[in-house]
Amino acid sequence: MAVSAEQRIILDARGSFCPGPLMELIRGIKQSKVGEVLEVWSSDQGSRKDIPFWIQKAGHQLVEVVEEPGYSRFIVKKLR
Amino acid sequence: MPNRMSMVVFSGTVDKLYPAAIMASGAVAMGMDVEIFLTFYGLDAFRMGMPQTNQKMDVNYAELAPRLAQLMKEKNVPSWYDMLLKAKEMGNVRVHACAMTLDLMGLKKEHLDPIIDDVVGVGEFVSNAKDGEITLFL
Repeated sequence: MAVSAEQRIILDARGSFCPGPLMELIRGIKQSKVGEVLEVWSSDQGSRKDIPFWIQKAGHQLVEVVEEPGYSRFIVKKLR
Repeated sequence: MPNRMSMVVFSGTVDKLYPAAIMASGAVAMGMDVEIFLTFYGLDAFRMGMPQTNQKMDVNYAELAPRLAQLMKEKNVPSWYDMLLKAKEMGNVRVHACAMTLDLMGLKKEHLDPIIDDVVGVGEFVSNAKDGEITLFL
């Protein structure tokens, strides 16, 4: 876990397979405070559906999905 | 209805233990409780020391096994056992040993991997599974 210039928590789960990146995100959300923004990086194809689905189900906010070459960045705000 | 997934794990080959661990992880991720009932070869795979050493694969895919093992190593895929441990850390995953198989093999709980919570009879597992939403057999 690292913190970027904008105080975002970065979870680099690239190279990890389904459901690894989702599990990293859940762990990260558990450890962070309400209002904090996390970014999970994933090269796993399952994440594209699994991560937004979980965020909605868990009641957090998917701020943005940024497509990068070979991976996606899911930007998530912890709401509760 | 309890938000629960129950699994009977009958197979002891790595190719079947992976889906057991991955399904358990997915269920935990979705906030479900998981009940795993280990029987026959599935329980054999949880004898003390087996999760770390067992490399058995389904014989029908024997020619694929070395290639898959190599790919998993190259791509740093965690072992099914580590996945299951992680799922247990993150959520409510209960691992039960089948009493009948233990008796048959002349084993006791102390001969089994510590990930196992308890020894239960099939009746108890089935009556718990009855209340859940998903039951799988692997």
